[in-house]
Amino acid sequence: MKGRFGEFGGQFLPETLMPAAAELETAYEAAQADPAFRSELARLLRDFVGRPTPLTDARRLSEAVGLERVLLKREDLAHTGAHKINSAVGQALLAQRMGKHRVVAETGAGQHGVASAAACALLGLECVVYMGTEDMRRQAPNVFRMKLLGAEVRPVESGTKTLKDAVNEAIRDWVTNVRNTYYLLGSAIGPHPYPTMVRDFQSVIGKEAREQSQALLGRLPDVVVACVGGGSNAIGMFHAFLGDGAVKLRGVEAAGHGIATGEHAASIVAGSAGVLHGTRTLVLQDDDGQIRGTHSVSAGLDYPGVGPEHAALHASGRAHYVARTDHEALEGFTLLSRMEGIIPALEPAHAIADLRAIAKEHGAESIVLLCLSGRGDKDLETVMKELG
Amino acid sequence: MSVATLTGSERVARSFARAKDERRLAVIVYLTVGYPDRAATRGLLRAALDAGADILELGVPFSDPLADGATVQRASEVALRNGVTLADCLAEAREIVAERDATALFMGYTNPFLRFGAARLAEQGRACGLSGVIVPDLPTEESAVLDDALAPVGLARIDLYAPTTPDARLDELLPRSRGFAYCVSLTGVTGARQALGTDVAAFVGRVRARTQLPVAVGFGISQPEHVRALRGVADGVVVGSAALDAVGRGGERGLRDFVSSLVVAGRT
Ligand SMILES: Cc1ncc(COP(=O)(O)O)c(C=O)c1O
Repeated sequence: MKGRFGEFGGQFLPETLMPAAAELETAYEAAQADPAFRSELARLLRDFVGRPTPLTDARRLSEAVGLERVLLKREDLAHTGAHKINSAVGQALLAQRMGKHRVVAETGAGQHGVASAAACALLGLECVVYMGTEDMRRQAPNVFRMKLLGAEVRPVESGTKTLKDAVNEAIRDWVTNVRNTYYLLGSAIGPHPYPTMVRDFQSVIGKEAREQSQALLGRLPDVVVACVGGGSNAIGMFHAFLGDGAVKLRGVEAAGHGIATGEHAASIVAGSAGVLHGTRTLVLQDDDGQIRGTHSVSAGLDYPGVGPEHAALHASGRAHYVARTDHEALEGFTLLSRMEGIIPALEPAHAIADLRAIAKEHGAESIVLLCLSGRGDKDLETVMKELG
Repeated sequence: MSVATLTGSERVARSFARAKDERRLAVIVYLTVGYPDRAATRGLLRAALDAGADILELGVPFSDPLADGATVQRASEVALRNGVTLADCLAEAREIVAERDATALFMGYTNPFLRFGAARLAEQGRACGLSGVIVPDLPTEESAVLDDALAPVGLARIDLYAPTTPDARLDELLPRSRGFAYCVSLTGVTGARQALGTDVAAFVGRVRARTQLPVAVGFGISQPEHVRALRGVADGVVVGSAALDAVGRGGERGLRDFVSSLVVAGRT
């Protein structure tokens, strides 16, 4: 069935939005089938986003973590500093094509908000970004960037004041203004068609990286690893490799203060099946089905659910998911900075932090491809505080 | 007739029929269970019935009520802080149905219901005399999980229809309708509004043309004038946020006065 990934996915939406979701699905399919849309998107990805992003052979890092080779897919070098722009440009182009002049988005780390604001500025669309006040505090530079790009940032005070509640507010706005508003969702989560559409727009990451790996190595990597919040950079990276049975796929969630403390955001490693934000997936919930508060040092991973396709990849065993703590992520952050002269965002720092475990599990001779989903400028204040 | 011999759908039908006999709109009152505190709910439900409410909607609190505006969000947060669970909501339903032979529905989100278990909800809901459930984030396309459990025991899962629902979709959805047809008066979330949407009558007409069931209008209704404007248009009104606001202002007494004013306004 459309929009299903095994037992996960679907469209758990208020009736008001059902026709809008259907309209979106139809418009997206038509756009994908339209060579003019595809070539315009390709042009923007090249000239605005700066694609293809490089693949960096991280020699000193691989030595430090005890792996044969670590290749970094440099989404940190994409315009606005993270992979989020890939989907933001695609969706903004779609919004324009659908005749929707107003765009709403949610953001956690602020990267998706900045990407949406930039894409909307480029295309002349009005942009409203919902952001939890807790995230506005810890990602302050991105709030200012969004405003500079002409977006209106609306603080969200409800619930946990983080990404989950920003999504709620964005959906409420969409329900209210559905006739003229496009909801530019930032990860591979939410109701159908978002998980499929966001994955498609992000799959450029894996397509490029697969070709670049072939060109560099003459073969495919042994392990592909990415951090998982909602799961958009990971699914974008994994998708090109799904058919390569020998390539191991590994997602790294946020273990926060440690899984045992309950203060984490590891929806796959420690969650159970439930319905959140319009999709059936793995969520962090209590015995009564209330969504639990999460914790991660990285705002972008601080979400109690995950894209339904990851839930299905986990269920089928095609991908393997682990979690790394705040502390480990900060070590990964420092390690990459010192070894390669690249300051990563705290989100992919979780994947960096997993490399030693990969070496142990898959052997020192392994070649690992890692999605460096974003750069660390936005996190400097957090890291300064954490590292003292 | 006793509770046991009527299905939930029949109880809903009976409530609408009674209002019709009395030449007035049925008034459906939503209250979040456990708001403002756990002990308050029983008295508030009674007050609504004393004032003439025909059907009670017991709000099952959820952490992420994405179809709700600020008032219900806040009430849900308070209820959750007060520790309210679905089991508590079932207990409230059992008491008020036993005491007053009330028609009681649950209004809540998919996840807590599924976590509780559809079969368990059906069995315990029926045992408590619950008449049905309204689940704003469970469109027909996804509702089989609940329907397959609720329908056999006569609990109605009441569908919502929106002004954005096209005619072709209404044609598909309405034959499957149970209990009553719940028309969302506006494109938006719950919450008291100053004015009724301008196109409500036309929208309700589109729904009514496709069903024999009673038609009720909800979302945004906050004043007797809104109810008056719906006379001859709908068979009933649903009031939630404005009821919670009345509770906030004046407790049981405030709720009773507010609900009576709506009942009076609905007389034709
Ligand atoms: C740099 C970066 N990486 C990863 C993420 C997590 O999102 P996703 O799992 O959708 O890639 C974010 C989210 O804000 C981000 O900014």
